[in-house]
Amino acid sequence: MSFLRVENLCVDLKGSGDRLLRGVSLNVGAGEVMGLVGESGAGKSMIGKAILGILPRSAGVVDGVIELDGENLLALPPKVRRQRIGAKAALIPQDPLTALNPSRRIAPQITDRLVDILGWDRARANDRAREILAEVHIADPDRVLRSYPHELSGGMRQRILIASAFAAEPKLIVADEPTTALDVTVQKQILRLIRDMQARHGTALLFVTHDLGVVAKICQKMTVLYGGLVVEQTDVHGFFRAPAHPYSRALLAATPRHDDPAASLNPVPDDIIQAVRAEVAAADRNWRNG
Amino acid sequence: MLDGRGKTRRRAGARLWLSAGWLVLALGAALLAPWIAPHDPLAQDLFAGRMPPIWVQGADPLYWLGTDSLGRDVLSRILHGGRVAFAVALVAGVATAALGALLGLLAGFYRGWVDVLISRFIDIWMAFPPVLFSILLIAVMGPGLTSIIIAIVVIDWTRFARVVRAEAMGQGAMDYVASAQVAGRGRFSTMIVEILPNVLPTIVVLLTLEMGIAVIVEAILSFVNLSISTDSPTWGSMIAEGRTSIHQAWWVLVFPLIALFLTVLSFSQLGEGLKDRFDPVLR
Repeated sequence: MSFLRVENLCVDLKGSGDRLLRGVSLNVGAGEVMGLVGESGAGKSMIGKAILGILPRSAGVVDGVIELDGENLLALPPKVRRQRIGAKAALIPQDPLTALNPSRRIAPQITDRLVDILGWDRARANDRAREILAEVHIADPDRVLRSYPHELSGGMRQRILIASAFAAEPKLIVADEPTTALDVTVQKQILRLIRDMQARHGTALLFVTHDLGVVAKICQKMTVLYGGLVVEQTDVHGFFRAPAHPYSRALLAATPRHDDPAASLNPVPDDIIQAVRAEVAAADRNWRNG
Repeated sequence: MLDGRGKTRRRAGARLWLSAGWLVLALGAALLAPWIAPHDPLAQDLFAGRMPPIWVQGADPLYWLGTDSLGRDVLSRILHGGRVAFAVALVAGVATAALGALLGLLAGFYRGWVDVLISRFIDIWMAFPPVLFSILLIAVMGPGLTSIIIAIVVIDWTRFARVVRAEAMGQGAMDYVASAQVAGRGRFSTMIVEILPNVLPTIVVLLTLEMGIAVIVEAILSFVNLSISTDSPTWGSMIAEGRTSIHQAWWVLVFPLIALFLTVLSFSQLGEGLKDRFDPVLR
């Protein structure tokens, strides 16, 4: 039984009615890591945002089911939904520089959820914050908890965001390109940290990225998106051995390889783009015809 | 490059300290006026009318800045007039900031129909000419300190609402707001706990500018005799009285004018100085 079940999720741009997600379905079991890949604008971040209830104001869910722990979030009143999400899910955001409130100290930014949603008292929440910061290898948790974000480095802030996501022991974490804003050396450490934390806590992880190398390192299953449409859904080993869809194959071929630089950077061929666009258009036609 | 920055910084520092210095001095003098003023500001001495300030020939050493045509001490009247000026600046400034910031936050963070409603209201409100509007308001409410304060709040809240709305919009798009909402924080609570602290520096800067404006508005209204009753001195009413006797006794006009000028200048320079301090781009 999967912990997260998304069924036929459709998201529209309000006003224009342009479709952003075209009937996306996916299942993430407890403790499983699912990679969401696709090029910019494919809608991979949009899926994570829809699940966590933080779609931009300009977008809205028009159809589908988002089931978290057996409960359809979209059928819940907003306040209850917010509490369910707060208790069971968390976000590791993309940009560590804007994901912490610059005018608040670190401590309350980690403990607010424990106090507001789980009803802990401040002292217990603060102990938990210290414990979880130590777990992400922060040497001096007490000093960090008293600091403001601008006093800490980017890598440090990303560790804090990871710790903060795991603090309430959520069953699902959405990681929205958590390594994209970091430089390459830090990326590697952060990736390993997320993987270790995920394994230790048995958290299901929805990992949004455009980097297939990252997917190979930490995911078990993956979903390839194009234009808000699921192109391929498979386990990671299968994908790297033999991607089923032509677009997936082209995407894999476009990934830079350090062992064979000459074969790197093959752009996705035009005919494949045309073909996958035709699939998107066909999906829209089916939709309109009922 | 570095040198230039240092110089700008020093100049900003001097501006900040000079203006804050004058304001502290003037506020202190206004607060202590009943004890430090050498004379009763209302006591007339018809035998000592239009005495010049003490450094001019023919002055009475009892009246440092001279007397007006009724023989009232100019210095004492300026000190007491400062009480009215600062009372209006503080109360009207803070009330204007509170009302405008709240509406601006609501419009900028909630967006949607709340924003449409508040923004259109601001547009309409700003179309009224402010001075006529204030005179109209006072005419309806009757002259007095409370009326002046209400008039300033009612007219000037749009200044805060506009700027705070824009700031709140920018902050609302930040990832930390999304994080707070995933962590279960409600919308209103997000606005107060997460957004407000980040727009507070802007509000403080606007507040100092608004205080300067409040002092001017009070002076204008007492100049046209719509402020508090004539038996308590205000800078505006002193200027109005001094204007009629400028050829015989320039000091009755000039000294309250200087007090008004320095105070308003200091408020606006304090605002500028604080802006430089808070502005993360310049910092």
